Amino acid sequence: MFSGFPLFPQQASTFAARVDALYFFLVGISAFFSTLIATLLVVFTVRFRRRGPGELPAPIHGSIALELTWTVIPLVISLGTFVWSADIFVASRRVPPGAMEVNVVGKRWMWKTQHMTGQREINELHVPIGVPVKLTMTSEDVIHSFFIPAFRVKQDAVPGRYTTAWFEATQVGEYHLFCAEYCGTKHSQMIGSIKVMEPAAFQTWLAGGATGSPAQEGEKLFQSLACITCHRADSQGRGPRLEGLFGRTVRLTGGATVVADADYIRESILSPTAKVVDGYQPIMPTFQGLVSEEGVMQLIAYIQSLQQPGAETTTVPGAGGSKVQEGAPKR
Amino acid sequence: MSSPSETPVAVHHPALRHHFDTMATQKDSSLLGMWVFIAQEIMFFGGMLAAYAIYRNVYYDAFAAGSHHLDVKLGTVNTAVLICSSLTMALGVHAAALGKRKATVLFLLLTIALGSVFLGIKVVEYADKFHHDLVPGPRYSAEGLHGPHGEALTADTARHSELFFALYFGLTGLHALHMIIGVPIIAIMAWKAGHGRFGPGYYTPVEVTGLYWHFVDIVWIFLFPLLYLIPHHA
Amino acid sequence: MSTHAGGVPEPYGRPGGPPPPERPTLPVREPVNYLNVSYGIKSWLLTVDHKRIALLYMFSITVMFAIGGIFATLIRLELLTPPGDMVQSETYNKLFTMHGVVMVFFFLIPSIPATLGNFLIPIMIGAKDLAFPRINLLSWYIYIAGAAFTMYAMIAGGVDTGWTFYVPYSTHYSNTHVIATGLGIFITGFSSILTGLNFIVTIHKMRAPGLTWWRLPLFVWAHYATSLIMILGTPVIAVTVLMVALENGLHLGIFDPALGGDPILFQHLFWFYSHPAVYIMILPAMGVISELVQGMSRKQIFGYSFIAISSLAIAMLGFLVWGHHMFVSGQSTYLGLVFSGISFLVAIPSAVKVFNWTATLYKGSISLDTPMLYALGFIGLFTIGGLTGLFLASLGLDVHLTDTYFIVAHFHYIMVGGAIMGYLGGLHYWWPKITGRLYPETWGRVSAIIVFFGFNLTFGPQFILGYLGMPRRYHYYPPEFQILHVMSSAGASILALGYLLPLVYFTWSMRYGPRASANPWDARGLEWEIPSPPPTENFVGQPVVTARTYEYGSEEGTTVV
Repeated sequence: MFSGFPLFPQQASTFAARVDALYFFLVGISAFFSTLIATLLVVFTVRFRRRGPGELPAPIHGSIALELTWTVIPLVISLGTFVWSADIFVASRRVPPGAMEVNVVGKRWMWKTQHMTGQREINELHVPIGVPVKLTMTSEDVIHSFFIPAFRVKQDAVPGRYTTAWFEATQVGEYHLFCAEYCGTKHSQMIGSIKVMEPAAFQTWLAGGATGSPAQEGEKLFQSLACITCHRADSQGRGPRLEGLFGRTVRLTGGATVVADADYIRESILSPTAKVVDGYQPIMPTFQGLVSEEGVMQLIAYIQSLQQPGAETTTVPGAGGSKVQEGAPKR
Repeated sequence: MSSPSETPVAVHHPALRHHFDTMATQKDSSLLGMWVFIAQEIMFFGGMLAAYAIYRNVYYDAFAAGSHHLDVKLGTVNTAVLICSSLTMALGVHAAALGKRKATVLFLLLTIALGSVFLGIKVVEYADKFHHDLVPGPRYSAEGLHGPHGEALTADTARHSELFFALYFGLTGLHALHMIIGVPIIAIMAWKAGHGRFGPGYYTPVEVTGLYWHFVDIVWIFLFPLLYLIPHHA
Repeated sequence: MSTHAGGVPEPYGRPGGPPPPERPTLPVREPVNYLNVSYGIKSWLLTVDHKRIALLYMFSITVMFAIGGIFATLIRLELLTPPGDMVQSETYNKLFTMHGVVMVFFFLIPSIPATLGNFLIPIMIGAKDLAFPRINLLSWYIYIAGAAFTMYAMIAGGVDTGWTFYVPYSTHYSNTHVIATGLGIFITGFSSILTGLNFIVTIHKMRAPGLTWWRLPLFVWAHYATSLIMILGTPVIAVTVLMVALENGLHLGIFDPALGGDPILFQHLFWFYSHPAVYIMILPAMGVISELVQGMSRKQIFGYSFIAISSLAIAMLGFLVWGHHMFVSGQSTYLGLVFSGISFLVAIPSAVKVFNWTATLYKGSISLDTPMLYALGFIGLFTIGGLTGLFLASLGLDVHLTDTYFIVAHFHYIMVGGAIMGYLGGLHYWWPKITGRLYPETWGRVSAIIVFFGFNLTFGPQFILGYLGMPRRYHYYPPEFQILHVMSSAGASILALGYLLPLVYFTWSMRYGPRASANPWDARGLEWEIPSPPPTENFVGQPVVTARTYEYGSEEGTTVV
């Protein structure tokens, strides 16, 4: 990746430069204050070294002016840094609309990724340059953390829930992917690479050797697990209709409402009696243990595709997001 | 460098430890020490209570169902028993301060008796949980639990009810442990009182023990409504 | 041996010194002090003298430090090469876990409070002992019991969860001795709590007449603030570790998502203690530095009240920032913003201290003996370590830096470059008081310089490693990181030498070192007004304090610049 003495990671995402700017600012502040203190220490120690026994220095007790100065100035620097860093952070949490979705599942000791067109990868992720990529992540076992140093992005993958992260790559190349949360024996071998490609090359790669898209896989699961028995397209089923469900606000037994996002659907599959739709009985069996985390993600992709009957694209946002999707039919 | 101390050295109380100047300092220090210890105990229970608060908020139905299975009558009896034991403890401290040897011993023994009744009832309650397979672990089963109208629990509520019982046993178990430690300490105080070690000039150990016991009582005052009295509504 | 600036008469028996007195008909006996008042193992194991208990602790924590250091040595040896070829991954994971557990719970948390604090606090406030001497001894026994449990766990096969015990790994996936280690930590926590309790009551109730709060030495202020944290924080880790042990053994589900639990709840409970714990580790060292800076420059400390209050501020704010360890855990953005903001605030009192110590040196009469070298090293390295904390409080930057070697470098700069140097500086400063002997000054200075250079070479490169993206707790690593790891391991070997030397010369000095006078540094403080070593009751009669602390020379009123 680089020759010579390694000092600094590559900047390969839209965020890298912003993070690095803050980093250099703080390096400058640190260098300034460390040098200042070190210099003062050395100068004072030399100038005021003890020249004989019984020396009596001046009895200086303090100075309010100095105390205020060296309290207020660090405070101003601190708060300024806080605002700057908070700005970067909030931006890093807001996924831009139209981001390309990728599902990520961490498992001891590998990263399993899947694109919405169906491409699966292990310990690798191909992404196009210049396109925001949104990762929806979870873990099958312990806490892992998806870390791409060159993009300055990191997010824990936690069992039992979804977490999200996003980035936009700016430079073609291959970059380290690390697991950054200790997860057992092969934690340090749970590594891989992110392969950033030109858009055309990426499309070519995407087109070759795809298995079914998550939505297609999800449809197969929907049939094989017999979901169709209760969740029928007509209104005769024992379970609610799923067409147009994704992103809609749902009314639950007892009056509470919830937005039908990825977390809600995942919970409904694994803990169906936790939130029961108003007007229906709590009779849905749990599929915990009968479907893997990836299977759940595929089912979610399928249900999401039931928005527009018959159509599914790779740019449908919302898997894992909690906002109502633009243009979704609302009830 | 020396200056007159508050009590003439020649006449010092046999219980005055060598590193304290006066009995007053010794007593103040002992009391402050127990208060600091109690502050620490509050944080100790606090950690588990924080877990309780969070899960009760998220899994209310499961907690209500679990709580409904607890025997409120026994819990109320236990609460009354423990409050009475705090009364007898306070009376014991008072008697010690007045130098009434027999009364002190009597009240301390009564406190032990009441504390033992509490622990005995707890054994009964725990045994009941055991028989109903409500001890968290491989044998746990929520079959004996039901919803506010007597209906069976949904699968998830049943699953989450195990969390309620884990915290039930954790909290009451820790509390019972504190009582089990407290009872022998009160017994030692009773023995010392019986041998005339306490009087108006020195009854600090009894007072400090009393503080500890009152704290144990107050913890129960919190645990009882939190565990036994969760409203069971639809 | 160099003279101690201050013109103290040299001890007897040294060439060039004054001749020993005429031999009396009776054998010469040294005065009765706490060391020679009784002999035999029982007199040590059943002592209630705070000074002897301090030495019991000193011995125990030195042993634990050696054990933690051996783990560190093995880690740095393994990391010389990118592949994990020296030990297996399971073993490596146990090594870094046990290094952390031993160093945090069995060395850093007790170190200064249980040794220097135990020894000095009663003396500094003019008391004969702590408020509860028997509880003091009990706290040492509890420490030993906890250490025994943890040693058992290590010998029986070790534990590999990381000292942070994150769930669900520690509760459901690790097949190592999690419960035994957890119980060891649980037990040792009570040692910490009892020490803190003792200090709080002692400082409140047993100050000598005339010793108001604003006349207390800053060492005492620092330990008071530390004790508040010990009391309020330690019970939370105790109950958390208990819950982990119960879940590991009984599969209770408090933290298991499959049973409805939340692994992030563990992180909140764990860090609620473990962040304040780092202030338990650094505040006492800051107290030591205040004493060293004034003692070795014979000068009134600059901004006394600001330093005192800043200790309390750090203790209080330190309880409000735990979430900065969890910015990428899935915690909400808003919570992250709150924790980040307060984390920036908690840096300010530390900065205030550094500036005040530096200002104290201005127009002082500075001696460059070993304690001052350690104090100077502390101020410089703590400044760097503290400033790198700003990097980590910065949300946008922490996302990149968390769980990398940047974190490792940051906390080692504070814990090793800060706390341990404070401990060593304090040991050297008060060694004559504790043992009645002088350590060899030249060796002291040489070791201090070796420690300083070895330390920076070990941990400086790790900042770069971290920004490059090298994750922590990695057994294997990509080859481009090797050069920085080699530098770090080289530094570690130098650092190890710097730590071994004091072990040798301190031990040597206990028998062969020249005898010390009551005040070899000509410093101010109640501890310097009693003999070296002190008698068991510390003072003859009751000392009365009539002046504010750190008063050097005559005063024509106070001067405010």
